[in-house]
Amino acid sequence: MKQTFALISTYSSDQFGICSALYELGGMVIIHDASGCNSTYTTHDEPRWYDMDSMVYISALSRNETILGRDSKLIEDILDTAGKYRPKFVAIVGAPVPYMIGTDYKAIAKLVEDKLGIPGFGFDSNGMQYYTRGMRDALKAVAERFAVERTESGEETGKEPIKVNLLGVTPLDFGMTGAVGSLKKWLAEHGMVCNSCYAMGCDIDEIAKAGNADISLVVSYGGTGAAKVLKERFGIPYVYGIPMNASEIAEKIGDRGGADGSKDIVIIGEQVYSLSLAEALKNLGIKARVLCQLDRVRDSKVNEEKIEFIYTPEEDDVIKETKEADLVIADPLYGPICGAGKLIELPHMAFSGRMFENDIPNLIGDGEQIYNRIMKEVKRSDEQKPTPGFAGET
Amino acid sequence: MLKHVLENGPARVGSMKISEAPYPQPFYMGLEYSTPARGMWNIAQTGFLMPQTHQIFVCAYGCLRGVVLTAAEMNSLGRFSAISIRENDIINGTIEQLMINGVSDVLSKISYKPRCVQIFITCQHFFLSYDHKSVFDRIRKEHPDIEFLDCYMIPAMRKSGISPDQRMRRQMTRVWKERTRCDSDKINLIGSNLPLSETAEIREWLAGNGIELKSIHDCKTFDEYTDMANAGLNIYCEPVSKAQADDLKKRLDMDSFYFTNSFDPDEIDATYARLADRLSIPAPDFSQLRMKAHEAMKRVKEVVGDTPVAIDYTLTTRIFSFAKMLVDYGINVSSICTDMVSGDDKAVFEELQKRCPDIDILATNQPESRFFAGEHERTENDDNGPRVLAVGQKAAYFFATDYFVNVAEGGGFLGYDGIIRLAELMTDAYINKKDRRKLIRIKGFGCESCL
Repeated sequence: MKQTFALISTYSSDQFGICSALYELGGMVIIHDASGCNSTYTTHDEPRWYDMDSMVYISALSRNETILGRDSKLIEDILDTAGKYRPKFVAIVGAPVPYMIGTDYKAIAKLVEDKLGIPGFGFDSNGMQYYTRGMRDALKAVAERFAVERTESGEETGKEPIKVNLLGVTPLDFGMTGAVGSLKKWLAEHGMVCNSCYAMGCDIDEIAKAGNADISLVVSYGGTGAAKVLKERFGIPYVYGIPMNASEIAEKIGDRGGADGSKDIVIIGEQVYSLSLAEALKNLGIKARVLCQLDRVRDSKVNEEKIEFIYTPEEDDVIKETKEADLVIADPLYGPICGAGKLIELPHMAFSGRMFENDIPNLIGDGEQIYNRIMKEVKRSDEQKPTPGFAGET
Repeated sequence: MLKHVLENGPARVGSMKISEAPYPQPFYMGLEYSTPARGMWNIAQTGFLMPQTHQIFVCAYGCLRGVVLTAAEMNSLGRFSAISIRENDIINGTIEQLMINGVSDVLSKISYKPRCVQIFITCQHFFLSYDHKSVFDRIRKEHPDIEFLDCYMIPAMRKSGISPDQRMRRQMTRVWKERTRCDSDKINLIGSNLPLSETAEIREWLAGNGIELKSIHDCKTFDEYTDMANAGLNIYCEPVSKAQADDLKKRLDMDSFYFTNSFDPDEIDATYARLADRLSIPAPDFSQLRMKAHEAMKRVKEVVGDTPVAIDYTLTTRIFSFAKMLVDYGINVSSICTDMVSGDDKAVFEELQKRCPDIDILATNQPESRFFAGEHERTENDDNGPRVLAVGQKAAYFFATDYFVNVAEGGGFLGYDGIIRLAELMTDAYINKKDRRKLIRIKGFGCESCL
């Protein structure tokens, strides 16, 4: 039946996707809920907690404050703390209990902003959606608020590297594997440069210069909101995908006798990541289907290689689709469904938290198709731009 | 500061001198921070102590995340299932049907038949006024051969009525339905997450008087656990277990005895005397053990000298009693990390305010607490030996020291044996560094962990 998880874990939720996306940007994030959310996030979903100071707090909402709708205490507490530490922004993150009384987070954020002059965000998360949605909303919000028009000046020589925004990078999907460095290296090897990374290894200033980019590369569902905003505001086109070298996974498939393409292989995980992996495996002659329990992009551009993609939101859906599969590439906590014999472990922090954090591979590499897509999209974008001096010419 | 506290109550600061700290709540309760020191148990871990029991949490993904990964990390995912609440259940009022169907679905899929299922409901259930009775009546009717226990993950209620930890303990003995006899030669130790140390003197004393001391940790089967209802007395050592003890008195007429986890030898002797009187057995003579504890603490002072010592509330429920004992031996207690002062500790807290007014009280959950550890990490190191000795995980975290006693939840220590054991651990901790990050990240001190 729907909504039961008898055997497997569940993915991280929208609140934590927001926290993860905003973690490095110098803001103050307040989860508006009773207790537990904060420790859950810091324990399982935030590997940077030890090494990087960031202000993520919980409002410690009580029964009486909920019943009486006492937002004034929350506001007072935020004003006091934010006034003291002067963060780059204040983000109020919704959770299950305030959702039920219809707390107006945006109004509270506006009030805080008016009082302190610090940018405020209110997020209508409720703990009942996945992290993917929270991340999408958070990165979209910072793109709307902080990204500015092209700021670089000077003569263009025509030889500048293509500037790329990386959108949707958080530990929840990429772990602490050095993926950001690898993505930047990959860009450099292909004559491109990272203009802005939403949102690991960056700060609010880097977020702001996203308008300078020639193109955005959406590397997870979490980057889709920002991609659309940057497209609408600055005309920056975007493509989906992660450049991947799947040889490590292919080797494991080969060890199970699947290198000849004779096996029914299933990948379970985040949509963009899994499709990119399937694409990389396809390049090695291995066909795989993709199952996704999470939010998914309904845009044909996300799956240009026409990989078989099946939306499987429920545990029962996953059981059904993996029953006939020969091999399943998934987080180890899917083991109870598909059995250890079928499973090729690919840890995903958004599913198993910190349990296998040291085993998450960094698969960044290769990605010729993605390079081609980027070049094609940049070219198309350039062709659509008005000729300088033409517009308004009389 | 004192003026502020007197005029405004708890202060919006992260630290203050003990002399300025108001009782029982030194700090204002506003936005809260959470440390990565995870040694304290949560309700899922406590619930897993019940043998032959499965857990089903009915909640939103956000609430589920912490407990499902608790179960997974302690290699108990096979005893854990979840039913996720979604917006449509809130809007359409379908949560009751979701639970009834969900429990049946879970039971049809798991690989074993549990004797008991703990069904955890959350704050959302409370605010929805869901029909608790009809749900459990129906579930029990559909699965008559399984015991269903209602459990509560309701942090929104933690500041009103009994706390979630108290409620969890109380519920866990609600499966003790009746007493068929009264075994006066058996005593239960209830409410502690960790098993009592094998070397605790209370064990030998009771055994010498023909009395068996039993706890949930000794039970291999559900029947063995429910049979504890026939014991002659319940002893509990933590205030958090009082609601459980009171409930057992009210429902089953089981008497209880509070054995406070004191570090004061006179209070320990007095507690033993009261217990002996209650059991009608001779009071023990622990004078030799008392002397041994005294020698052990003198040894601690010899080893640590004047090194500052920081302690925290996750070590023991009587943290100020512990602090006073250290002070009595001339040990330089520099900081106590805690957000509250317990009723049991009121007198020693007030004594310490006068005797050692400069001890720092550090909040563990204030916004400012976020930056304590980073300050120490960046500016200090232990290259030349311990600059501070920490006793407890949060103290180790806040002072960024690898010289620390890794104990939480009381460590299973009690009485003189507890003092001796802690003294040995302090001496060892001063000499031998530990891998702080690796140890304090493990959820539930003493629990199995895959990390």
